[in-house]
Amino acid sequence: MSLIRMSSPHVTRSNTSSGVMQLVLLAMIPGILAITLFFGWGTLIQIFICLVSGLTFEALALKMRGLPVSRYLGDYSATVTALLLAVSIPPSAPFWVGLVGMFVAILFAKQVYGGIGNNPFNPAMVAYALLLVSFPVQMTSWNLPYVLSGSEGWSIPPLSDSIAMIFAGSTQVMDAYTGATPLDILRNRDGFTTEEMWRSSQTLMSGAAAYHALSAAWFMGGIYLIYKKVFTWHTPVSILATLGLVSAIAYGVDPSNFVDPFNHLTLGATMLAAFFIATDPVSSATSNRGRIVFGIGIGLLIFIIRTWGNYPDAVAFSVLLMNLAAPMIDHYTQPRSYGHKRARLGPKGE
Amino acid sequence: MKVFGFHGGIHPPENKKQSTRASVRHLPIPKALVIPTQQHLGLAADPVVSVGDRVLKGQTIAEPVGRISASLHAPTSGTVTAIEAQPVPHASGLDAECIVIESDGLDQWIDHQPIDYKGIERTELVKQIRQMGIAGMGGAGFPTDVKLNLGSDHIVTTLIINAAECEPYITADDKLMCEHASEILEGIKIIQHLLEPTHTLLGIEDNKPNAIRALNEALAEADIDLDLVVVPTKYPSGGERQLIQLLTGVEVPSGKIPADIGIVVQNVGTAQALHRAINHGEPLIQRIVTVTGEAVEHPGNFWTLLGTPFSDLLSAADLKPGAMHRLVMGGPMMGVAVETDSIPVIKTTNCLIAATESEMPEAPAAQPCIRCGMCEQACPAQLLPQQLYWFAKGKEFEKAKNHNLFDCIECGACAYVCPSSIPLVQFYRYAKSEIRAEELEQRKADHARERFEARQARLEREAIEKAERRKARAAEAAKAQAERKKQSESSAGKDDTAALKTAAAVARTKLKKAEVALKNAQDKGLEGIDTLQATVDKLKQAAVEAEQALQSYSATETTASKTDKREPTPAKPDLKALKQQVSIMRTKLKKAEAADDVDESEIESLKARLEEASQAYADADNALIELAKTAGIDLKQLRIDLAMAKVAVTKIERAISKSDDETEQETLKADLETAKAYFTRLESQLKPYE
Repeated sequence: MSLIRMSSPHVTRSNTSSGVMQLVLLAMIPGILAITLFFGWGTLIQIFICLVSGLTFEALALKMRGLPVSRYLGDYSATVTALLLAVSIPPSAPFWVGLVGMFVAILFAKQVYGGIGNNPFNPAMVAYALLLVSFPVQMTSWNLPYVLSGSEGWSIPPLSDSIAMIFAGSTQVMDAYTGATPLDILRNRDGFTTEEMWRSSQTLMSGAAAYHALSAAWFMGGIYLIYKKVFTWHTPVSILATLGLVSAIAYGVDPSNFVDPFNHLTLGATMLAAFFIATDPVSSATSNRGRIVFGIGIGLLIFIIRTWGNYPDAVAFSVLLMNLAAPMIDHYTQPRSYGHKRARLGPKGE
Repeated sequence: MKVFGFHGGIHPPENKKQSTRASVRHLPIPKALVIPTQQHLGLAADPVVSVGDRVLKGQTIAEPVGRISASLHAPTSGTVTAIEAQPVPHASGLDAECIVIESDGLDQWIDHQPIDYKGIERTELVKQIRQMGIAGMGGAGFPTDVKLNLGSDHIVTTLIINAAECEPYITADDKLMCEHASEILEGIKIIQHLLEPTHTLLGIEDNKPNAIRALNEALAEADIDLDLVVVPTKYPSGGERQLIQLLTGVEVPSGKIPADIGIVVQNVGTAQALHRAINHGEPLIQRIVTVTGEAVEHPGNFWTLLGTPFSDLLSAADLKPGAMHRLVMGGPMMGVAVETDSIPVIKTTNCLIAATESEMPEAPAAQPCIRCGMCEQACPAQLLPQQLYWFAKGKEFEKAKNHNLFDCIECGACAYVCPSSIPLVQFYRYAKSEIRAEELEQRKADHARERFEARQARLEREAIEKAERRKARAAEAAKAQAERKKQSESSAGKDDTAALKTAAAVARTKLKKAEVALKNAQDKGLEGIDTLQATVDKLKQAAVEAEQALQSYSATETTASKTDKREPTPAKPDLKALKQQVSIMRTKLKKAEAADDVDESEIESLKARLEEASQAYADADNALIELAKTAGIDLKQLRIDLAMAKVAVTKIERAISKSDDETEQETLKADLETAKAYFTRLESQLKPYE
C-alpha cells in the first residue's frame, strides 16, 4: 500500500492564479466591445499587437531566467497586462507604441523585479506613463467617438483605415478620425467656462455619451469581479467615492471652472482604473484598510492632476504614485488581529 | 440567543452526508490492541503492567506522570504481550512507546462502580476523573481533570460545550448527539457541578438538524441549565477561540487561555465520556470514529476500542482494494496524513478519511504569490497571511512575530483559498518552529553568559583576595624577620635596607655586564652563547628576586608598624560537606535547566544558591589554607604534591606489571616503596586540613 504523506489542509478550493486572471479577462470583454463599438477596430488591433509582443517578451525573459515558459505563460498575467495597455493607448496609435510599451511593461516593470508577484509597480501603467511622456503626440490623439444618433456626425474608421493608421502611420486618415478627448477639451478651455464648453464642443455634446457608455461597460465588468470575489470592494469604492466627493465639493463651489463629479467618474479612464488597474493586487496595499487608504490616495491624485496638472487624464500617474506608497500604507494599516487590543503599526509592528 | 460573527472563515464542501446515513455500529474486538502511552497533551503515561500480565477490561495499565497527563486502561481483557515502540498517530510519523494487549475475546470487565459525584469532595472527584483517563476528545486531547480543576485564581462564568464539529467529513460528534444526547447532558451536569458556571452554552453548527432535534428532546426532559445555540456553518467555527467569539462576542486575549477570561470549553464527546466514567465507572476506553472517504464502500461511524488498528476500521467500512491514495486521520483541513494503516485509534482519533486520488489530489506546484489577499479575507484570526508568508519565506522571523504569527491557529483556511496553491500553513509551522528554536538558543546563551560572568567575577574576587593574602603574608614574614633581626642585632633596620639595596644594585650590574657580553658574543658569532644566555637568565632572576626582596621589605616596614597580630585562626570547617553541597546544587540547577518547561524564577534562585554554596566552599577552603600557613604548610602545594605522588605510585605500579626483567622489577619495587612512603607522609601531613 502506498499512501502519501502531506501536510494539512488536504483539500483546497479549485481556484488558481490563472483562473483569477481568466476572470479578469472575461470581465474586460464588455469594455473591449464598447471601445470597439465607439472608437473603431483600432483597439482590437492594438490588443493583437500587445498580446503578441507581450507574450514574446515574457517567454524570452522566462527563458533567460531559466523558468518553465509554458507554466508561467499559463498564469495569464502577461495577457492581462497586454490587454490593459492595449485598451489604454489610443486605438489609432502606431504599432510601435504598443510594442515599446510591452517591452517596458514586461521586461522592465515586471521581469527585472522578479516576475509575477514581485513587481512594485503596475506594469501596464509604467509602460503607459513612459509612452505618454516620450510620445505625447501619438498618445493624446484619441479617436473621436462614433455616435449612433449623429446623422452627420462621425463614423468609426473602417478596418482598412485603422490598419493604415496603425501600420502605415497615415496622418491624413489620422486627422480625419482623431481629436482631443473630452477631458482635454474641458481642461484647455481658453478662458471659457465649462458650461460654455459643453455648449460649444461637438465632441462633448454628442460624444460624451460614448464615454459614459464605455465607463458603464468597465463598471459592469468590475462589479462582476467583485461578485466573483476576485478583489474586494475597498479599492474601487474608495477611489470612486473620493473622486466623486472632492469633485462635488469643487463643482459646488465653482461650477464654471470645475468638472462635475459625474463626468469626472465617467469621461476619462476612472472606471477602468478603479476596477482593473488599481485592483492589481501585486502592486497595491494588502489589507482591507490599506486598500481604502490606497484608493483614497488615487482618487485625490486623479482630481489634483486632472485639475491642476499638465495631463488631461491622470490615472497612470496616480496609480504609480500610490504604488510607491503601498509598502508604507501596509505598515500603518495592519488589521487588529484576534485577541489583540489594537493593531500593531509601523515598520517594526510596534 | 444572539450569535456573534468572526472574521474570515471558509465554506469547504461538507461531505458529511455519506457517513451519517447509518447508525453507529460496534466494531468487533480486534485480536491485538496497541495503546500508545502518549494519547494526550502533556507527558506520556507510565506503564504499570509488564509483559505477560493478564489484564481485565478497564484495568489501569499506565498512570499519569506530572500534572498534565492522563491514565490509560485496558480496552478489553487479555494479556500484555509487549511494551515497545510502534507506529503511533502523530504528525511526525515516528514510532513511540505502546502497550500491546492480545485480547482473549472474553471482554471481561474489572470491578467498577458508579461514583456519586455530588456526595464526594471536589478534589476527590477531580482525582477520579484523572484516574478515568479522560482527555479532550475534540482533537487536542488536553487532560480534562486539569481543565476542571483551575484553582481559586480562575472563576468560571461561562461553560461552552463545543458541538460545532466544523471540519468537513467528520460526523462522530453529530452521531453521538443523535444517539446519546441525554448522556451528554449528564456529563455536562458533572462539569457544571465542578466549575459552577453562571451560564452554559452549547454551540452547534446548523448543518446538524438531527443532532439539534435530539438535544432539544433530551433538554426538555433533563433538569439542566443549558442554552443551545445554533451557529451558521462556517469553518472554523469549532475552533475554541472562534466558538467563544461566536457565542459570547468576546475574544480570548492573545497569549492567554480561555480560563483567563472565565470561559471553559469542553467537547461533547468529552462530556459523554465523563458521564460514562463517573455515573458508570467506565474509564475512557472507546470512542466513536467516523470512517469515510471515497475509498470505502460503506462510510459510517463506529464505536471503536482505543488501540484498534486503522486497518480494522477500514475493512469494517469495506475499503475498496487499491482505491485509497491518502489516509487522513482527523478532518481534511487540519488532519494528519499517515503512511500506514497499522496505526491505532487513540483518544483523539475522531475520523479516518480514506481518500481516492481524485478526491484529494496532490497539490499542484506552488506558484508565486500575487498578493491577491484572499487569504486575508479567509483568516479567522484576522492576520495578514500573505505578509506572514513573505516573512517566513525571507526568514524575517522577527517581523513575522510582530505580525502576530503566534496567533495563527493553523486552521488552513488561507491555504484552502490560495489561488497560487502555496502551502501557507507549512510556512507558518516552519517559522514558528524556527522562532521557538531561536528563543531556546537565546535562553541557553543567556544562561551561559550569566554563568560566565559569574565565574569571571568570582575569579576576579579570588585574585584580589589572593593578592591581599599574599600581602598580609609578606608583612608577617617581614615582621618575623625584623623581630628575629632585632633579637640578634639591636639596631639593624636601616642597615638591613641598605644591604638589600646594595644587593639589588650588585645584581643589576652583574646582569648588565652579562647582557653586554652576550650581545657581544651574539654579534661576533662566538661560541658558548648558550652558556652566556643561561647566565643572563640566572642573573635576571637573581636581580628580580633582589628587587622583590627589597620592595617587600620596605613595604613591610611601613605596614609592620601599623598591623597588629593576625586574627585568631578560624575553626576548621567541614570541607567535605560543603563540597557535597556545591555538587548537589549544581545537579539541581542542571536538572532545572534541562526540564521541558524551564521555570526562569526557579533557575534564578537555584543559581543564587549554587553561587552561595560555592562561595561557602571557597571561603572554607581559603580558611584552611590560611590555617595551614600558620603551621608553615603551603596547603595548595601540598595538595599538588600529593596528587603527583599518587600518579608516581600508579606509574611505577604499572611499570612493574609490564616489566619482564627481574632486576628491573626489583629496582622498580624499591622505587615504589620510596614513592609510597612519600605519599603516605604527604597524606598524613594533609590529613588535618581535609
